[in-house]
Amino acid sequence: MKILVAIKQVANLDDEFEMREDGKDVDHDYCDYEINEWDDYSLEEALLIKESAGDECEVVVVTVGPDRVEDELRKCLAKGADRGIRVWDDSIEGSDQVVTARIITKVVEKENPDMVFLGVQAADHAFAQTGMTVAAMLDWPHAAVVSALEYKPGASKAVLHRELEGGLEEEISIECPAVLSIQLGINEPRYASLRGIKLAAAKPVDEFSHTDLGLTDSDVGEPGSVSRIRKMYVPERPKAELIEGTPAEQAARLAEIIQEIAGA
Amino acid sequence: MSGILIMAEHRQGEVRAVTYELISAANELKQDSGEDITIAVIGNDVDGYIDSLRVEGVDKLIKVKAATDTFQPDIYAAAVNALIEKLQPSLVLIPHTVDGWGYAPTLGASGQYGFTTDVFSIRYESGDLIATRAAYKEKVFIDMDFPGKETVILTVRSGSYKPLEGTSSPEVSEISVADTPAHSEHIRYIEPEATNDVDITQAEFMLSIGRGIDEESNVEVFSELADTVGATLGCSRPIADNGWLPKSRQVGQSGKTVSSCKLYIAMGISGSVQHMAGMKHVENIIAVNTDPEASIFNIAKYGIVTDIFDIADELPNNF
Repeated sequence: MKILVAIKQVANLDDEFEMREDGKDVDHDYCDYEINEWDDYSLEEALLIKESAGDECEVVVVTVGPDRVEDELRKCLAKGADRGIRVWDDSIEGSDQVVTARIITKVVEKENPDMVFLGVQAADHAFAQTGMTVAAMLDWPHAAVVSALEYKPGASKAVLHRELEGGLEEEISIECPAVLSIQLGINEPRYASLRGIKLAAAKPVDEFSHTDLGLTDSDVGEPGSVSRIRKMYVPERPKAELIEGTPAEQAARLAEIIQEIAGA
Repeated sequence: MSGILIMAEHRQGEVRAVTYELISAANELKQDSGEDITIAVIGNDVDGYIDSLRVEGVDKLIKVKAATDTFQPDIYAAAVNALIEKLQPSLVLIPHTVDGWGYAPTLGASGQYGFTTDVFSIRYESGDLIATRAAYKEKVFIDMDFPGKETVILTVRSGSYKPLEGTSSPEVSEISVADTPAHSEHIRYIEPEATNDVDITQAEFMLSIGRGIDEESNVEVFSELADTVGATLGCSRPIADNGWLPKSRQVGQSGKTVSSCKLYIAMGISGSVQHMAGMKHVENIIAVNTDPEASIFNIAKYGIVTDIFDIADELPNNF
């Protein structure tokens, strides 16, 4: 039994940042990195299933990204995942989400898991795309924005909730294996234990290039993409009128505004 | 390739508002390109939706016969593929909603079509289709294009276009995808639990808290502050996910839209797209946040770049 969890390292911008020279991204010197918040929940869901199966279930974590991304894989291994896979080479730089999905699909085909989990979206680019694109490439059943899951490893069906808008949920049954995109709040992600962190250092992380997975140069990078970043920019936008002063002065002005508008 | 295809979204017997926003987006493009606008609506019995879709600029309405009325991603994807084959459109617009997320990205997988998501502005520049989306917590915008793709599929963010008032008399036809195999099945909808808690959609004055409050023990500070200033206490998603406040207090896409609110004080809320979907319409928004670049300041009328605890300390002295 095996569950594959695809994760992403996401970028947070510093308060001050500059664009890269080609104008197509932010200069990475102004970014710091962390695991995508949604992926903490996907991993936790896989670990809960693994534990409920009496550990007769392997959790494999896969990511697409350069060397720095291994940190996030190690954190997942520290929480209890069994193995990591990282795919990267220079030709993957500049790929869109369809290429990322194509790479993850190749890893799924190689690993043949019983379930694939991904986050609903990534905190930095928020495409909400990769998971369902992987499902289509595999031609597997799929469901997006999963907020509750009943699944026994190896079962041919699962029952789950999809979180819709406005607090509404939908209960569905789905054939397995399936690709699910996991929503925040489905569980309470654990922290890594000190012992887990020690063990993680010895767990295997395999590294592959796109050619190792049987992909060609035309499958990745700009040639393999279906969209292209023309330019990235800081837009002109309306800005709030700032209330300046000491906290006491700011609070006094805020109180005036409240009294004007709410008549309190 | 010519024409714009819009996939209507409906749930529990109602066409969802985002559908009309997509019609507006298509109308803007039509003014430039003169392309036809076709709306497709999928379901077992969609006759009830047809009249409400005779909106200004719509040239054709296609009823897509399916085995079920509820959303199912295999059926929706099969419908779009059948419609693309039939109509050969240059552009397909799908709502960037939970159901949209469930099937639109599967259409990008073939590599045949241009595809991107969550766009809020679409235009032609020298014949090239350009779609604008945002990244890095809305701090930057990105213009995307789709070189060499004759058909482009986009998911469009809710609230990006204003619905039109006018009507039209489109030609109505029907196709069927009723024999599409479906690998998942709707069981039931689960309505939000009824609570005795306050209904925040009725509140005129809200004070909402987000991640900036740091710890559960601080909820009390802001709960008392809300009482002191006469506001109803609300929150962003992380506070409800942590169980620090009930889900009924959550403002945003998966929570509530504060439709009666006239004054909204956002404390320690950076302003995710999902949160702003529930409150950006409020006329008077005041944001308190230590990050001067937080996107909440782009929709707020007034901003205070100060620690929320300092403001929480000082504000009661004025009441």
